[in-house]
Amino acid sequence: MLTITNLSASVGDKQILRGINLTVNAGEVHAIMGPNGSGKSTLAQVIAGHPGYEVTGGSIEYEGKDLLELEPEERAHAGVFLAFQYPIEIPGVTNAYFLRTAYNEVRKARGEGEVDPMDFLDVMAEKLKLVEMDESMLHRSVNQGFSGGEKKRNEILQMAVLEPKLAVLDETDSGLDIDALRIVADGVNKLRRPGNATIVVTHYQRLLNHIVPDFVHVLAGGRIIKSGGKELALELEARGYDWLLEHETTAGAAR
Amino acid sequence: MTTEARDAYRQQFGGATTEGAEWLRALRTGAMTAFDTHGFPTTRNEDWHFTSPAPIIEAAFAPMMPALGTLTAADVEPFLVPGTEWATLVFVNGRYAPQLSRVEHLPDGVRVMNLASALLEEPTLVGAHLGSLARYDQQAFAFTALNTALLRDGAFLHVRQDTVVETPIHLVYLSDAGAEGGVSYPRNLIVVDRHAKATIIEQYGATGDARYFTNAVTEAVIADGATLTHYKVQREGRKAFHVGHIEATQGRDSHFISFSFATGAALSRNNIYTRLAGAGCGATLNGLYMLDGEQICDHQTSIEHAEPNCYSRELYKGVLDDSSHGVFNGKVYVHPVAQKTDGKQTNNTLLLSPRARIDTKPQLEIFADDVKCTHGATIGQLDDRMAFYLKSRGVGAESARQLLTYAFAADVLETIELEPLKGELEKSALERFVSK
Repeated sequence: MLTITNLSASVGDKQILRGINLTVNAGEVHAIMGPNGSGKSTLAQVIAGHPGYEVTGGSIEYEGKDLLELEPEERAHAGVFLAFQYPIEIPGVTNAYFLRTAYNEVRKARGEGEVDPMDFLDVMAEKLKLVEMDESMLHRSVNQGFSGGEKKRNEILQMAVLEPKLAVLDETDSGLDIDALRIVADGVNKLRRPGNATIVVTHYQRLLNHIVPDFVHVLAGGRIIKSGGKELALELEARGYDWLLEHETTAGAAR
Repeated sequence: MTTEARDAYRQQFGGATTEGAEWLRALRTGAMTAFDTHGFPTTRNEDWHFTSPAPIIEAAFAPMMPALGTLTAADVEPFLVPGTEWATLVFVNGRYAPQLSRVEHLPDGVRVMNLASALLEEPTLVGAHLGSLARYDQQAFAFTALNTALLRDGAFLHVRQDTVVETPIHLVYLSDAGAEGGVSYPRNLIVVDRHAKATIIEQYGATGDARYFTNAVTEAVIADGATLTHYKVQREGRKAFHVGHIEATQGRDSHFISFSFATGAALSRNNIYTRLAGAGCGATLNGLYMLDGEQICDHQTSIEHAEPNCYSRELYKGVLDDSSHGVFNGKVYVHPVAQKTDGKQTNNTLLLSPRARIDTKPQLEIFADDVKCTHGATIGQLDDRMAFYLKSRGVGAESARQLLTYAFAADVLETIELEPLKGELEKSALERFVSK
């Protein structure tokens, strides 16, 4: 589904990603872990097409298409979804309007008909249950005045509405208490389908108790320095990142 | 330029001097004398510093020809609010069009008619108020002087004591192809007696693409405990000029709620003045202007706190695209006796283009010591982070821009209590910058 080859990216003069290689197949859950500033969020943003990052080398192939050639909205139409680490507040636009507009834009792109406001409410009733949110949230402005937990649940709600093929969750667990974490993780798990894939970017192992990954990758200094199964996450939890980083330094010096 | 233009207007006046009752002739003559004395303002006049009226003056508009007589109900339909059956007065090229108007379903105690009829039917009431509020004896108000000297018709509304008019009264001023090169002088008088309540929509539009000039004046007398809600909807033709002056006086415990929505005209100037002349009253002046191309839209508001314990609230928002130019000048004058005045003024502007320009000028003059008066202005651009968030959810760049522009304007539109009109203006705001 997704093949990232030797991807490099920068912000301004600062090189952040330095040759990422990653392959994600349908049905898989990949966790990307790593210390602060390792480039995890940059990778997530580059996949979504954030204009603030410049891709300086490499490629991303998604379902046979050159993902980097697509505008952010075209990526969304093609089934790519980023759950933001810091969801944006949009005063003056209600969630109902926002979600319906997004839903219809994606449907249009898929050659399906638009849904009117009344029918959309029916669609929403079921989705709201998934993230244990009340219908009243639909009448509030997008993320405005939302608690941290509500914002993250709203991200998962949007994911439920758009039904992406590839979901990238960028530190969706950060700032959540255990109840909110459970709700968010349950939501993600219920949205898993054999044809879909999920990339979970996280700083902590605890989310991975709820969303169990098939593969764990450690990102440091803009490169994936180690990959393994879910047990790698537990090892990282127990030992931290330093042992890997030292190993990397040594290896780098030896090269 | 001015000598020629002044002569032309003096000539227009020549034809009007013999019309009407003696008091009206005296009013006209006095206004013409004021215009003669002061002449037109230039940008050296403080009140016209950011907007030059020269294009209007140089165009030397002639009195507007009567409507071609071909406008039908179907032509007027697009200017009405769908699904409503409000009492409606329609004026075409400054002349009342009874066949296009409907005045029905109004409670007892309400009189709605064109001003020309009111001059005959209600001479005492009209004579008592017409020309008593809208100031014209200064250079800055030259257009008001001309309107007063040359007024012909407009709307008259009288709401008697304790009468509540639930549905709004819709005034529609249209200019058709016959308006080309002409000026009209709509003149409205609104009298709301003690504890009465009414809502007015004063709307301007064009059925064609003519280059014309609307010079409108509205006076409103709001008695003790009365409430007047006034919506101005300025969607003149894109080549048109518009100068409108609204002036209200408020009695004790009265309320004046004004909303000015402006998207039309090549150049428009909108004065909205109110005098809080009784204790405990309140004024709310809100507005939204959305401009593109080379449009110029100037709002000048004035709130005069003349008595204690009054409040005023002001929220004006502007969305400016291309090379458009917005002006907001908010005057608040607090007299020494007007203690406990509570005033708040806000002007926010969204610039969609690097060539767009806003001049915003709060002008607070406070002569009482126990008051609370604040003002604030912001100027910003579309938020890139919001745009990316929307795009990442599949919303195209154009739709995202449209949605965020609308979102900027949403809170001020939200203050419109008249739901059908709010819906109509929201739609208009959402569609304002489509297909660019």
